[in-house]
Amino acid sequence: MKLNELRAHELLPMIERQEVTVEEAVTETLDRIAAIDGIIKAYITVTGERALQRAKEADARLRKGEPPRPLEGLSVAIKDNICTKGVRTTGASRYLEDFIPPYDATVVERLEDAGAIVVGKTNMDEFAMGSSTENSAMFPTKNPWNLKRVPGGSSGGSAACVIAEEAVFSLGSDTGGSIRQPASFCGIVGLKPSYGLVSRYGLIGYASSMDQIGPMARDVKDCALILQAIAGYDQRDSQSYPNELPDYTGCLIPDIRNITVGVPKEFLDEGLSKTVKDAFMKALEKLEELGAKVVEVSLPHVRHALAAYYVISSAEASSNLARLDGVRYGYRAAGCEDSASMMAVSRGEGLGPEVKRRIVLGTYVLSEENHKKYFNEALKVRSLISQDFQEVFEMCDCLMGPTSPTVAFEAGEKTRNPLEMYLSDVYTVPPNLAGIPGISVPCGFDEEGMPIGLQIMAGQYDEATLLRVAYAFEQATDFHKGRPDTQKGAHESAGGGRSV
Amino acid sequence: MFEPVIGIEVHAQLKTESKLFCSCSTRFDAAPNSNTCPICLGFPGALPVLNKKALLYGIKTGLALNCEIAEVSGFDRKNYFYPDLSKNYQITQDASPVGVCGYIDVALDGEVRRIRIKRVHLEEDAGKSIHEGGDITGASFSLEDYNRAGVPLLEIVSEPDIRSPKEAYEYLSMLRRILLYLGVSDCKMEEGSLRCDVNISIRAKGSDTFGTLVELKNLNSFRAVERSLEYEVERQSQVVASGEEVIRETRHWDEASQATVSMRRKGRAEDYRYFPEPDLPLLSIGRTWVDEIRATLPELPAARRMRFTEEYGLPEYDASLLTDTQELADYFEAVVREYGQAKIVSNWVMGELSRLMNATGIGIESVKVAPGDLAAMLKMMDKGTISGKIAKTVFEEMFREGKSPETIVKEKGLVQITDEEELAGIVDRVIDENQKVADEVRAGKDKAIGFLVGQVMKMTKGRANPQMVNKLLRQRLTN
Repeated sequence: MKLNELRAHELLPMIERQEVTVEEAVTETLDRIAAIDGIIKAYITVTGERALQRAKEADARLRKGEPPRPLEGLSVAIKDNICTKGVRTTGASRYLEDFIPPYDATVVERLEDAGAIVVGKTNMDEFAMGSSTENSAMFPTKNPWNLKRVPGGSSGGSAACVIAEEAVFSLGSDTGGSIRQPASFCGIVGLKPSYGLVSRYGLIGYASSMDQIGPMARDVKDCALILQAIAGYDQRDSQSYPNELPDYTGCLIPDIRNITVGVPKEFLDEGLSKTVKDAFMKALEKLEELGAKVVEVSLPHVRHALAAYYVISSAEASSNLARLDGVRYGYRAAGCEDSASMMAVSRGEGLGPEVKRRIVLGTYVLSEENHKKYFNEALKVRSLISQDFQEVFEMCDCLMGPTSPTVAFEAGEKTRNPLEMYLSDVYTVPPNLAGIPGISVPCGFDEEGMPIGLQIMAGQYDEATLLRVAYAFEQATDFHKGRPDTQKGAHESAGGGRSV
Repeated sequence: MFEPVIGIEVHAQLKTESKLFCSCSTRFDAAPNSNTCPICLGFPGALPVLNKKALLYGIKTGLALNCEIAEVSGFDRKNYFYPDLSKNYQITQDASPVGVCGYIDVALDGEVRRIRIKRVHLEEDAGKSIHEGGDITGASFSLEDYNRAGVPLLEIVSEPDIRSPKEAYEYLSMLRRILLYLGVSDCKMEEGSLRCDVNISIRAKGSDTFGTLVELKNLNSFRAVERSLEYEVERQSQVVASGEEVIRETRHWDEASQATVSMRRKGRAEDYRYFPEPDLPLLSIGRTWVDEIRATLPELPAARRMRFTEEYGLPEYDASLLTDTQELADYFEAVVREYGQAKIVSNWVMGELSRLMNATGIGIESVKVAPGDLAAMLKMMDKGTISGKIAKTVFEEMFREGKSPETIVKEKGLVQITDEEELAGIVDRVIDENQKVADEVRAGKDKAIGFLVGQVMKMTKGRANPQMVNKLLRQRLTN
């Protein structure tokens, strides 16, 4: 087995015992990227030289007898909307094509302090707006399971590179499902933490009241390990959670006999594909087998979640992205008459169509004549949804549903109909509105071998329960062990295949 | 007969070390763009963190202006595009300002007028644009300096309660005085740390409707506010009297022509698309904290002024001048503590001290005369060590050199001559040299004695004790 194929918790002890060097581990990941990323296209930027340099430094430290750090030598891919000092951070936008941040995001700082090594920056929908990574201004990313399909989005590159073993793990960001939906489409584990658990400092803001950075990895234990390293109070993010955190790996007990799992009936409505529903039902059976109590619950207001989400997220986005004006950094249109038109034309040329659509939508819902009708209504819906969740969590320890109504769809299938694309997030949006955590874990494959994700949700800051249930389910199943046959894919440039 | 209805918005720059949402310095004279960071430059991913001192100052000011302090206060975004606004939105407080429903009492012509304060809120300043060769749409190039971007401002908005230009002036003076007493702002209009926008409409006296609002800009002093309002009252009155309508617009005060000039017509109000700032949590302002802050409030100008009349028995005029600044009032009280007689101290502070300060342009904070030294000098006068006339000379020297009065008197030999024998000798010499005048006095022309006293003073360079000189002259020239 190659080193890049190992999970974090498998590779770490080998590095700790110095059975392998960090350089060897990083080199194998970089080799894998070189071999396959021409096809998958998960990365916008690969930081090979920098990574090898850091790897050598890490090895030198270990040789000197310094104690290994919690993520020593692990290759990590960072979504390209998370700032990396000295390394180009584009947000997959023409506007920031040459932008080199003068500072690191808090999460990057924490990962590097913990010994992780950044191997590159991953592709995404421009400024995290999209569900297929087709809105990247650079290029689309392929789903390693089937190159004709999308990897999901917006963290499509971060999902694809993990399942294609081009990184041990990655960071994504999730505003309405952007970690969980691509994790589900690519058959990996993706965790969106509670709002405030992980610092947003250095994350290019999309919808600030919902944005969260989270881990994407090949199993639950890896997610817990990474979460431990990145979570926790950061004075640079005023919304950051100030309290002491539990030991996330310590809470991974594969015993859920006293757990009550709620299944919101609204998550099993029409629109849910039969294969996904079947896989989900089987997952519920498995949980009951494991001793959990499964009950049906209702979240009466979540049927308005998607509408509220698009109103609020677009409103915040229209303001957050206003800073991209050609004045201080980023793309500047040439040949403008004056600074006012320079600002307008730079935005017109530098930003892509989906970004513009949401800026227009956000500006519209915040305008004086529409503010009450749309924005305030959406805020009301949001607090009703939060209440729904609160009430339900008085009865259950966690909630479950499918992560996305379908498996990964074909590239180009939904690009002409934005509304249809938005529906891909219908189950992932409610936790963002309520600020609660959600995780997607593999729960099956459809007849064509495409992975299916199970979403688990828990009360705010109760990542411990979330991880424990996810871990118990994972340990009782084999779905997380599936890997796409990328060799086959590479040759045929088409379909993938399941190999458990 | 028309009456003006005036409302004033004041922006006071808060005297914090660092900016409102980042740790950059607020110094205003630094090289362009040297006090900047990813946060105040609006870089992607940078987040604001509230400067707690600025919030404290906001609450403090709110309390001093008799406001209700919000239990939950929050920030909002005001969205508009301008190159000096680094994020193209300003973080301000719209829905839940720090303070609301306050007031300031303003004394005008012996009457106290209460001007209500609508709101007090925190916000960040923008940077500074220099458009070369025109405005933003016509310049050949524009330069941006973001040093000021993110500097904390406190916006203080009055209700439209002000009824005359003079009242506007008094309102601003009192507000400025309060801010200075609190130590929350430098209030220097010339450096832009205090700015005001004024709106004015007129209506028939006694009416309770409102006329069309005109906004006035470019007001660089309180005098400019007063003058521009006087001009506007006149202009609007003429417009209405001639049967026309006042247009809703912004007018620019032109200092050179002492007139307001139309800048732009206000069609629809600009749409700033306010919404809650998602990067900052709502602030719970605990009542215990508010009480703690209340306890630290200094004695405010109005209260101090009243105390000066009651405790020291000073006339209203003295009390109001002495409490104009906290430093002056403190100085006065320090002297009184040492010396006792408040009215005499007041006369010296408002007289000689103020005269010398004005002549040299030195502010009370840099005056070299220690309050204890002024008190000591006054005591020397009382004891007769120096005469009142010499005292003025001594005081000038104290003001220039900062020495103690004892030192000056000793160095310059200014001690009053009270030795009768010594004085008698001088008196005799003066009589000898001015026989003609002496004869007049002997003949009963009492007034002529003044001349002889003057001669003695001249000969002693003012050091002779005038009462004793008088006595000695009379002993020799009468009976």
